[in-house]
Amino acid sequence: MDQIPVGEGRAFAVGDEQVAVFRPRGGGLHALQAVCPHRGGPLADGLIDAAQVVCPLHNHAFRLSDGRCTTGERSVQAYQVAVEDGEVVLRLTR
Amino acid sequence: MQELVVVGNGMAGARAVEEILTRGGGETFRITMFGDEPHGNYNRILLSELLARGADPDGQLLEEDLFLNPWEWYRENGITLHAGVRVVRVDRFAHRVYADDGSIVRYDKLVLATGSRSFFPPTEGLWADNKTLTPGVFGFRTLHDTMAMMRYARGKQRAAVIGGGLLGLEAARGLQAHGLAAHVVHAAEGLMNQQLDAQAGRVLRRSLERLGITVHTGTRTTAIRRTTDGAVSGVTFTDGTTLDVDMVVVTAGIRPNIGLAMVSGLETQRGIVVDDQLRSVDDDDIYAVGECVQHRGEVYGLVAPLWEQATVLADHITGADPQAAYHGSRLATKLKVAGVDVAAMGLKEPERPDDEFVQFSEPGRGIYQTVIIRDGMLVGATLLGDISKVASLTQAFDRRVPLPEERIRLLFDLGAPTAEVGAAELADEAQVCNCNGVSKGQLVACVRDGQRTVGGVMGATRAGKGCGSCKGLVADIVEAALGGDLETDPAEAYYVPCIPMDKPTLMTEIRQRGLRSSSAVFAELAQDGAEHAGSKMALSSLLRTMWGEQYIDERDGRFINDRVHANIQRDGTFSVVPQIAGGVTTPAQLRRIAEVAERYNIPLLKLTGGQRIDLLGVRKEDLPRVWADLDMPSGHAYGKSFRTVKTCVGSDFCRFGLGDSTQLGIDIEQRYKGLESPAKMKLAVSGCPRNCAESYVKDVGIVAVEGGRWEIYVGGAAGATVRKGDLLATVDSRDEAVTLTGRFMQYYRENAKWLERSYDFVPRIGLTELRAIVVEDRDGIAGRLDEAMQDSVDAYYDPWQEHRHPATPGQFRDALPLVQLPKVPIR
Repeated sequence: MDQIPVGEGRAFAVGDEQVAVFRPRGGGLHALQAVCPHRGGPLADGLIDAAQVVCPLHNHAFRLSDGRCTTGERSVQAYQVAVEDGEVVLRLTR
Repeated sequence: MQELVVVGNGMAGARAVEEILTRGGGETFRITMFGDEPHGNYNRILLSELLARGADPDGQLLEEDLFLNPWEWYRENGITLHAGVRVVRVDRFAHRVYADDGSIVRYDKLVLATGSRSFFPPTEGLWADNKTLTPGVFGFRTLHDTMAMMRYARGKQRAAVIGGGLLGLEAARGLQAHGLAAHVVHAAEGLMNQQLDAQAGRVLRRSLERLGITVHTGTRTTAIRRTTDGAVSGVTFTDGTTLDVDMVVVTAGIRPNIGLAMVSGLETQRGIVVDDQLRSVDDDDIYAVGECVQHRGEVYGLVAPLWEQATVLADHITGADPQAAYHGSRLATKLKVAGVDVAAMGLKEPERPDDEFVQFSEPGRGIYQTVIIRDGMLVGATLLGDISKVASLTQAFDRRVPLPEERIRLLFDLGAPTAEVGAAELADEAQVCNCNGVSKGQLVACVRDGQRTVGGVMGATRAGKGCGSCKGLVADIVEAALGGDLETDPAEAYYVPCIPMDKPTLMTEIRQRGLRSSSAVFAELAQDGAEHAGSKMALSSLLRTMWGEQYIDERDGRFINDRVHANIQRDGTFSVVPQIAGGVTTPAQLRRIAEVAERYNIPLLKLTGGQRIDLLGVRKEDLPRVWADLDMPSGHAYGKSFRTVKTCVGSDFCRFGLGDSTQLGIDIEQRYKGLESPAKMKLAVSGCPRNCAESYVKDVGIVAVEGGRWEIYVGGAAGATVRKGDLLATVDSRDEAVTLTGRFMQYYRENAKWLERSYDFVPRIGLTELRAIVVEDRDGIAGRLDEAMQDSVDAYYDPWQEHRHPATPGQFRDALPLVQLPKVPIR
């Protein structure tokens, strides 16, 4: 958990998946597919607030809760994520 | 084989033969040509130039320049040329021509291309005898005339040119080159009144007078005065006044040579009357071409119609196109008259009450332009002094294409179409936002789907969210689509979308409440107290500007570029630009950059427009080591901040340099480097007004001028928008230049909207207002601005020092861990 600074996101490789985990300032934890469906931008590098992440390449915005894009692009996969004993636990449903 | 005889070896006769030969006429015809002049065929148009350049002994026009067809051309094409031989009669019934050397030649087809001759108005003393002009009087028609004029002009003081048409003005200019004072005497009020209206004539007159030519209009020459030995000594005008001159050139027009046609029994009026196939109306075996021809009542004295006639004649006579027909020429001419550009086409003045007439006159610069439009078509245009639009006008004139609604656009480029016009006239498929590929149709559809504000449409379509240069047009299209239903979006005045305050109000609140971090501002001022991703970057920038060292830096409020101090690229790698202040580097720096580039497999090394070196394609996790190994400060090529100062080599090396622009540029960059601002700031310092560092198109551009002074321009741009900066002030010392640059930038930092570049900011505030505030200190805030700037300068630290201690966990951690970077090709 301490790999993710408050208010930012970090990307992790989980098996064959790349997952961006976000830690909004207001609390909570969210995990989305790390790659923007528009032009492959790194979502973990995006600015976030309590509700959304904005891709740093072309400003497409995705809801942290379910990965839906609010700017007309395809949605991204959202993952269940929780903290257990200071460790981030991801559930990749296939 | 048929016999083809061509009478006339001038431009029309020779051109007709050339056209006949290219259509295989050499197989059909044995060709005989008669030429009055004892030369081959030459380009009469160049005689003016020959006269003008003949003054210069090295400037002699070479024969190959002047002559169109050398003797070999006649030989190679099997043409029998009788040069210097005049045909005196045609026996149409015996099909024979009789020449003045006694020769008689039979023809099957005859082409008359007898051209025209100078017209000598009846004037006392003009002629020495029935055939000979008074010594010192010249026509200006032939090579012989031109050579004789040049010989006679030697050592002479003054010449009168009778006739202020095209040829007369050329003669005057040419004689000037021989050291003579030239006087042009013109019977009409306006010069070149065949082609130009009276006002154009007046503008042209001023231009010529500036060139030292004296112009007498509205008067005739009634007599040529002679010395006792019979040579020219002066001229007498209608009103009895006289002018002493050493020579007289008569350019009072031309007359078609129709004598031969007349004595041979062909119909002649002003010229030899021909049908649409260029045949004499009396004789199907006799063609005529060129200046001697009268077709549908018109006689032409310019070269373009002659080319068209020669084509039709050749098509018809060879049978290449028996249907070929000449319908007359629409005259569009482009000339340089005595060094002045002139273009004229069609009508010179409106003729009907409902003809549209657009007129532009700027006599001070010798510019006069008109267009005449009838029924939406261009029927006439005159361009004098500036003929830059001649191509499009000629096209409109020739092809009769529809014209722009705003007629003035025929004469001037008024920049991009004005927004209102642009919005209404744009086709639905026209791309409005070129960054995000949004068409007008998509914007309109978005309005139809219920968006009621410009901001809403921009958000939904992403139009205007790239470089932003199309925002105005987007707003106009949305407005038009709503048809007055536009809801003003109060949010457009907000500094950031989530806080309902404009920038001054927001700053006051922040200061009063002592809010030093983004999260504090969101908590106190945002709707619902919620933070908002899209507002963070703007807010962080403002807070740093306001609080300097007291700012509480929250890393999550920064855009990725500002978190890792490098510019993110399309594949998620970064570009690294070390500081090279003023564009001045050293061998040691270059060596280090080269070593780093090799060590980290940097895919692309590129020189930037800001005179620096860009290392592109650097992986995020390599950034700290790249900085450490470069051991150079950040060049700040990634933020909304002060970027770079471009310089020229100034006074140290450049032989034109007036001030040490290089050092001033370095000093300014060192002082203000990396300052955050509402949008990026690019600067330049040039050592002289040649402006090699492009200071006129920078956010702040400084130019050294004579006397140790520096001009400071603000609001320039040469990106998505191109704008020349406005001169804010001229200062006496480099220290003042540094201070004033800083004061302007601080005012901009405090007052510009987020992402508002100086090229929008300066016009919005207004140059006068800016000068009053920044230069004249009308509001008494100059001292405070300077102090605030000093605080910001003092708060500076080099962000690349973070390679030692990362600011956050995983600051340089790969955000696409499974993607092999760089994805760009390595050059």
